[in-house]
Amino acid sequence: LGSAVVAVRGADSVVIGVERKTIAKLQDPRTIRKIVKLDATTTLAFAGLTADARVLIEKVRLECQSYRLTCEDAPSLEHIARFIATTQQRYTQRGGVRPFGVSSILAGFGSDGNPQIYQIDPSGTYFAWKANAIGGKNSKGMREFLEKEWTEDLSEPGSLKLVVKTLLEVVDSGSKNMEVAVVRKGSAMELLGEDALNAVTEQVLAEAEAEKNAASGGAEEMKD
Amino acid sequence: ENSKRAIIQKMDTILALKGDGFVMMAADCSSARSILVFSQTQDKIKVLDDSKLLGQSGPQCDTANFSEYIQKNMTLYELNNNMKLSTHATAHYMRRELATALRKGPYQTNILLGGYDEKAGESLYFIDVYSALVKVNFGVHGHASNFLLSVFDREWKEGLSVDQALDVVRKCVAELRTRFLIAQPNFIIKVVDANGVRLVEL
Repeated sequence: LGSAVVAVRGADSVVIGVERKTIAKLQDPRTIRKIVKLDATTTLAFAGLTADARVLIEKVRLECQSYRLTCEDAPSLEHIARFIATTQQRYTQRGGVRPFGVSSILAGFGSDGNPQIYQIDPSGTYFAWKANAIGGKNSKGMREFLEKEWTEDLSEPGSLKLVVKTLLEVVDSGSKNMEVAVVRKGSAMELLGEDALNAVTEQVLAEAEAEKNAASGGAEEMKD
Repeated sequence: ENSKRAIIQKMDTILALKGDGFVMMAADCSSARSILVFSQTQDKIKVLDDSKLLGQSGPQCDTANFSEYIQKNMTLYELNNNMKLSTHATAHYMRRELATALRKGPYQTNILLGGYDEKAGESLYFIDVYSALVKVNFGVHGHASNFLLSVFDREWKEGLSVDQALDVVRKCVAELRTRFLIAQPNFIIKVVDANGVRLVEL
């Protein structure tokens, strides 16, 4: 369902990567945004029906500003996750409507200053995660990969590598097929530029190559 | 209807003028009701975003309510549309909100909106309590307008520098201190230009 999204929580940042499906030649890639800003310090990446996500995101953005207007404070990540979940659940228990076909990953920071990731399903359940993957053709495989590779207190470069590595499991290699963003404390998300992304991808591929050569003892191996 | 709210207060002094690539806005810092002064350090010029100044006069309940509502809606627009509202759009949005509220539950706030946009350059909008909107070179709200509009008429010209504009503001403050009954010891002055918003000393 949709294209893959991976999110990894590090020691002081959250890194999100999304699969960018190959687009038609005549299509402008800038108009496809899967990692969006919800609020000054909250970021969302989704997998699923883009149209449903657009409507849901608009609702959430309104809720964030509403909260800021009433409480003169930024909404907590958990509040936003709960809002998204409650909204989605409402559409599973009413007549004449269908659920939002959207799975979301929410990234930001808690009041204690620690990075947080929340995942929200169409059913309206939300959970906090250390690292997660949704959407794409093999989200289960990616999650299992993350379970093996994720460690506590990853640095930002470490999280970046892990996200790219995980995405490369399902995405044809090439940084033009993925989009990566970093969420740091107190600032909006930063989309990684092409050069930076290429550098990380090359590093990951080089390390994988080195591992393979070390393991197989020099025997030639086909890499697809 | 509460008769106290029907009385339009004109005690706050808000003034602004356009210069060469900037808008300078000044306001007095007194917050008072009847004979009691609550504070002499009230900042009446809200920084809406890094390119707009919103000077408001009137009871704080209405000014705060209105400006916060506008600001949150501006942020929402920015997030949803990936672009900032221009000063022109903001002024008209404010006018629309004030006009709609006028015959339901009016906001008692006089507004001066000064901004700098990349394309349009510097612009200043005058909106009064009845939601009349005018684009101006300089503007004043409150009783002070009776004294200061003539000062501006005499002193303002096209293309003032920041120092020249500050001089005009100083002349305005001097006029008030000489002729205005209400003592307003403190003034806050802000400037918005291509580089953003900054505070200026009188």
